[in-house]
Amino acid sequence: MAAVSQSAMTAEPSVEKPKMTARKLDLFYSDNQALYEVNLDIPEQQVTALIGPSGCGKSTFLRCLNRMNDTIDGVTIKGDVTLDGRDIYDKRIDVVQLRARIGMVFQKPNPFPKTIYDNVAYGPRIHGLVNSRDELDEIVMTSLERAGLLKEVKDRLQSPATGLSGGQQQRLCIARAVAVSPEVILMDEPCSALDPIATAKVEELIDELRSNYTIVIVTHSMQQAARVSQRTAFFHLGKLVEVGETDQIFTNPKDERTKGYITGRFG
Amino acid sequence: MTDMASLMEDRAAAKVISDNLRKPVDWDSPKITRNIKKRYAAERRFKSYGLVAICLALLALCTLALSIGSKGYSAFYQTYVQLEVTFDPAVIDPERTGDPDVIGRANFDGLIKQALRDRFPDVTSRSDKRDLYGIVSGGASYDLRERVLENPSLIGQTRTIWLISGDDFDMLNKGYIDPTVDEGDRRLNDKEVAWYNELVAAGAVEKQFHTRFFTSGDSREPELAGIWGAAVGSFYTLLVTLALSFPIGVLAAVYLEEFAPKNRFTQIVEVNINNLAAVPSIVFGLLGLEVYLNVMHLPRSAPVVGGLTLALMTLPTIIIASRAAIKAVPPSIRQAALGLGASPVQTVTHHVLPLAMPGILTGTIIGMAQALGETAPLLMIGMVAFIVDIPGGALDPATVLPVQIYLWADSPERAFVEKTSAAIMVLLAFLVLMNGLAVYLRKKFERKW
Repeated sequence: MAAVSQSAMTAEPSVEKPKMTARKLDLFYSDNQALYEVNLDIPEQQVTALIGPSGCGKSTFLRCLNRMNDTIDGVTIKGDVTLDGRDIYDKRIDVVQLRARIGMVFQKPNPFPKTIYDNVAYGPRIHGLVNSRDELDEIVMTSLERAGLLKEVKDRLQSPATGLSGGQQQRLCIARAVAVSPEVILMDEPCSALDPIATAKVEELIDELRSNYTIVIVTHSMQQAARVSQRTAFFHLGKLVEVGETDQIFTNPKDERTKGYITGRFG
Repeated sequence: MTDMASLMEDRAAAKVISDNLRKPVDWDSPKITRNIKKRYAAERRFKSYGLVAICLALLALCTLALSIGSKGYSAFYQTYVQLEVTFDPAVIDPERTGDPDVIGRANFDGLIKQALRDRFPDVTSRSDKRDLYGIVSGGASYDLRERVLENPSLIGQTRTIWLISGDDFDMLNKGYIDPTVDEGDRRLNDKEVAWYNELVAAGAVEKQFHTRFFTSGDSREPELAGIWGAAVGSFYTLLVTLALSFPIGVLAAVYLEEFAPKNRFTQIVEVNINNLAAVPSIVFGLLGLEVYLNVMHLPRSAPVVGGLTLALMTLPTIIIASRAAIKAVPPSIRQAALGLGASPVQTVTHHVLPLAMPGILTGTIIGMAQALGETAPLLMIGMVAFIVDIPGGALDPATVLPVQIYLWADSPERAFVEKTSAAIMVLLAFLVLMNGLAVYLRKKFERKW
């Protein structure tokens, strides 16, 4: 614990073994600047929570990590984002492959209007990860198992995914992301459309997934950030205000704005 | 820190406003009661407007269906006359060769005329004879030839045969010619009416279902004219239209919605597509005439040219409908696919297009229905020609259903009036069929998300 608080006191954005890093990241929506010189490291096999008031740029930042912002017109990005030390905005990087390595779970559960099985099998199929039907079955089962959904759906893999409850759909989306064997999973407020019970299940799942994947989660719920994450980054008005061990951020924030936000005085 | 201070100020301001809101509201005050009454009245009024609109639409539809149906149903029946025909070997095959070529060239018309003269032996004058021959259609001789070619043993026999009647005789039998009016004001003279009455009294006049109407091409003789040639022409034309406009339209829509950068150029393209949808169809006809016939020298009157021209006309409809359908696919589906590492093309082909397909198909079939009913551009490229043969392909000269209606409506013979209505019924049946197909496809491809 002594070592943890030591590193927290220095307030350095860098960690020892970062899976992903962002350096001097600026982002513009046409003329509006949404991110200002963000420096952040994402440690491997940990959960990093991004918190901050609405419109602070945390989701925008998250979408920079798998280049989902590329799909929006008029977005310009300056600065570096690396995955395992390689710049992901390099021209030689294949965006499609990058997104396979960095999976994403969205705010609203968005299963494809297909069967449960096909939802999970879609990623492995398009990336050609499997050679046989049996292999695919196995991947689907393992992914559903890992997303804690297998028990609930194993008898109706061929029924439409849209018939599942909201919480089940979100876990299906996690299973779908997991099926491609990503290294990083980005989650954009994954529980905001879910009830408390479903939320608890997803949070539990995030904690389990940590042993295999690096996870970045955007959340509006301070409790959720405290429960699931090891590191927390606080964004405000497009700037990264403070980042550190979750315990430190919530018990001993150094910045006045962080303190104000986590104690509920604004936001 | 400053933003926190301003936040506190906002909260103070909010307090003042909420104090104003705390004033009690008297929900039973006359003003509010009046308001409620007014609202109810407005809602009743609005509902009745809608009902009136629907009733008017139904009334118009019923009037249309009734007037066309009552005028056209009789075209599905045709008057036949029973005659005793002697298959005279001296006329059919004088040298008894049995050769189908010889039999085929025989004067069957003469046989029918002989049969008519035998039936009414007291007709002698030249002009009366000509009138007499009008009882039976000029096409009846082809029927006789078919019969003999099929069954050569008929030669030498005398048979009682139902022969298709001439159009005036048919009109009289169907009641469209009033025999009580002055002789000079009707198509048939008193003698002809008398022959008709004699034949009816002998039970030798009968209405039969008119299969020929559905199986033959156009003819100058109303009783021989059929709709099949035009239907086949319409089919080939629409086939060409569909084969061109569907892929081009869908690809254009996909490109504009999913891939094109939103800049001035694409804006101009969009505006122009919307404008094209409003261009009068005759203009497309002129374009087709100039480009396909004068420059590219494609065959005149051919479904392929008609299809190309109608494809131009249908494209904007399909593009606009497809774009709307593609736009309606929730962005979350695209994000899900992209987030999994699907390429943009995979995202479109695996997810966006299948989800947009019901809308695209509906738009396409509406466009096709429009093309099916289009006349003006086809007049420009020569599909208005009188064509008897049933087209065997997209390069043969042909006409289409709406042009056939136009041609028949333009013909002077009384019998073409009912043909026109009947052709309209056939066209409407095709349209209903296509719309039914649209509904079916919509239901089949519809998925919930």
